[in-house]
Amino acid sequence: MSVTVKFFASLRETVGRADTQVDYQNQLNVSQVWQQASGNLPMPSNTLCAVNMKYVDAQQPVNDGDEVAFFPPVTGG
Amino acid sequence: MIEIRNQAFDPWQETQAYQNSHIAAGKYGATASFVGTMRDFNEGDNVQKMVLEHYPGMTENYLNKICDEAKNRWDIMDCLIIHRVGDIMPDDPIVLTAVWSAHRAAAFDACRYLMEELKSRAPFWKKESLPEGERWVDKNTAG
Repeated sequence: MSVTVKFFASLRETVGRADTQVDYQNQLNVSQVWQQASGNLPMPSNTLCAVNMKYVDAQQPVNDGDEVAFFPPVTGG
Repeated sequence: MIEIRNQAFDPWQETQAYQNSHIAAGKYGATASFVGTMRDFNEGDNVQKMVLEHYPGMTENYLNKICDEAKNRWDIMDCLIIHRVGDIMPDDPIVLTAVWSAHRAAAFDACRYLMEELKSRAPFWKKESLPEGERWVDKNTAG
């Protein structure tokens, strides 16, 4: 099973990549996806998480084929 | 309607054009709009340029969601949001929100709601260019 991972804005620069794929055998949640995708960098406490383009909690389990995104607080408008 | 633009736009022309093509003449009595424009200063520093990034797909979904929510909560006829992405220069309009309704209260309230929701949850990020280098804007002001 695998999920696609995207990083935006300052988190893309922190992690050093815009996207990646995480392959897994046992159930993962969003926080564990971050660990694998970022190479075990600490997740900043204000990080926002989305699965399939909807906001979720970092404890939310992921499913095969999901798109998981991580980004900092938003600053539009 | 919502739209993400990577080119400069004139919010006043856009409002007029959308009104002419989408809002039934004679049925609306109130139009409330907000335009956000790029400043050349932030937190005491000169800002020369800005790059606005978004999350293609999620940003559009979120803006459509808040338009739907505004239509559910207030008696409004329609709303329009246009938001810039890409390279932005001082004095460029960044965002337009416009709301049409029969009476003013719904238009004012829904327009404020759209901007506050956009500011707090819509996935956009600003990176400023200063004389000393670049920096990400880390949070929006409270109001």
